[in-house]
Amino acid sequence: MSDDNRPFAIRKYDAARLRDALRKMYLIRFFEEGAEDSYMRGLIHGTMHLSIGQEASAVASCIGLTDEDKITSTHRGHGHCISKGAEVGRMFAEFFGKEEGYCHGRGGSMHIADVTKGNLGANGIVGGGLPIAVGAGLTAKRLNTGAVAICFFGDGANNEGAFHEALNMAAIWKLPVVFICENNKYGMSTSTERSTAVKNIAERAVAYAMPGHTVDGNDFSAVAETVETAIARARAGEGPSLIENLTYRWRGHSKSDRNRYRTKQEIDEWIARDPIQRFRKELIEHAILDESEAEKVATEARQEVEAGIEFAKSGTAPRVSDLARYVYAEENA
Amino acid sequence: MNAPTRQPDADIRELSYSEAIREAMGLALERDERVVLMGEDIGVYGGAFQVTGDLVERFGADRVMDTPISELGGAGVAVGAALTGLRPIYEFQFSDFAALAMEQIVNQAAKMRYMLGGEASVPVVFRMPAGSGTGAAAQHSQSFEAWFGHVPGLKVVQPSTPEDAKGLLLAALEDPDPVVMFEHKLLYKMKGHVPEGWYTTPIGKSAIRRHGKDVTIVASAIMVHRALAAAEKLAGEGIEVEIIDLRSVRPIDGDAIIGSVKKTGRLLCVYEGVRTLGIGAEISAMIAESEAFDFLDAPVLRLGGAEAPIPYNPDLEKAAVPQIPDIESAARRLARREV
Repeated sequence: MSDDNRPFAIRKYDAARLRDALRKMYLIRFFEEGAEDSYMRGLIHGTMHLSIGQEASAVASCIGLTDEDKITSTHRGHGHCISKGAEVGRMFAEFFGKEEGYCHGRGGSMHIADVTKGNLGANGIVGGGLPIAVGAGLTAKRLNTGAVAICFFGDGANNEGAFHEALNMAAIWKLPVVFICENNKYGMSTSTERSTAVKNIAERAVAYAMPGHTVDGNDFSAVAETVETAIARARAGEGPSLIENLTYRWRGHSKSDRNRYRTKQEIDEWIARDPIQRFRKELIEHAILDESEAEKVATEARQEVEAGIEFAKSGTAPRVSDLARYVYAEENA
Repeated sequence: MNAPTRQPDADIRELSYSEAIREAMGLALERDERVVLMGEDIGVYGGAFQVTGDLVERFGADRVMDTPISELGGAGVAVGAALTGLRPIYEFQFSDFAALAMEQIVNQAAKMRYMLGGEASVPVVFRMPAGSGTGAAAQHSQSFEAWFGHVPGLKVVQPSTPEDAKGLLLAALEDPDPVVMFEHKLLYKMKGHVPEGWYTTPIGKSAIRRHGKDVTIVASAIMVHRALAAAEKLAGEGIEVEIIDLRSVRPIDGDAIIGSVKKTGRLLCVYEGVRTLGIGAEISAMIAESEAFDFLDAPVLRLGGAEAPIPYNPDLEKAAVPQIPDIESAARRLARREV
């Protein structure tokens, strides 16, 4: 190991796994561009929160997970969903409000989930998923399943009371939870400098006697390695960790954002640090694939997204008479 | 505070309301590995009202879990555990503290199944000691049934007897959806017959506690017992009161209430929560929209909590919620068409 200076992901995972990681990063990027375009064309209503620019954080955090492992996600959760194995066709169908969607058109972008793959769902409430992930950790521990729960949340959620209560409980009960804060610098328009007393959110781990790590969230290998260590610790029964992935959303908070709180220069600087280009370059450098193979991965992801949009367009609209279906179990039939 | 009238029974077994709830939880812990109890000081302390009692000694601290004083987080952990395969029963020390956890109960637990298009279940039970009469003042005495009853996705039950306390808790535990159970603190020591073993009281079904032809009283929790006492006095005046014990606030047993009002032509709603926008408003409107409307011989009356927080002073505290003489007088005025 000591004489192998290659990045962690290259050392740890085989070529097929790494190629799939690149594919998922492209899928996230093209899925969100496709969703944005569909929104502009009036095919999707409501709003959405895009994570373009944060793809490494989502995919690298999930690369070591199985379908038995759980994740809780956020309102900026499309990337987590794809990372955990969701099909983009059914995701688009959900955005289009169709029965074929993951939530049969009842949830939309902010509640997308895929429980069969261990994705317990995006969440419209900032910090809503934090205690829920701890509950998933409690189940894993009590039923001895060996599973871990990955809890994604944003920098905004680190100032919610739920953050304090959830991290404290996970720590006192030594639950298999990995808290991953995707710090993209702004909770809507308010910067972490203005909202948060500590410089790095991972410093808050000290208050819960758990390890805390601040990582370059656009560096696939750095994220994968840090999360891998935390997962190993969780599975060994040693308790939770807090990881802070420093990253950036290229787009605004949501569709109502006029971008008054950050400069074009800042945005451009982060676009220059594109996590997909960076990972792709790394894979080529270490001969996992060559330029034309990388291009093929991108092209196939683009085709998958295009096919997904067509699938969604041809989906079935829910019947209005089914409005109250799924409120209670007995109304499912 | 007498238990509803019951035929004498040779092998009648009496338990208190809190013992009945404890027995239900003990049976559940024995029967199903997935059941866990969570809450503040429910372990060696036995719970603020001694409802969990000795369960920690029987089942261990891993299954009867003391939580930190973190209602939002604790409720959320219960939600997440229910979502992933456990059957948690989360005790709020006082129902008032559920205000700290509304996010997890209302935004998460209640809506999860719907938001996920039926792909997930949240079989969690929230137990809530509620109500006034203990001198605990404004932040430890409230009755929030109507708040939770307003949320599609939740079921809300409110037992008035030890038998129903056990049966409704076991029904809540078997239910695949989140159930909020309000336990009236003044009932915890009340004794009554409780069948042995596992049985359930159906959620959404009321019970007729006294039959009568002149006035229908719909009451819940402690108010059932006050209404029974009032009815006893009115019987001496020749006024026969029918008493419906609501038992479930959501879903509400409309058919039973409508059927009774069609018979008596007069309706009095008695509940401890604040009168305005409360359970009585819902029941009144339900009658106004039903075929029972044509059978009404008098306006519908509501007796509910005062438009004020629960006060500390004992006389003020009593005056803040319906008492036996209030019920007696309102039912008498209805029967005599003095309204």
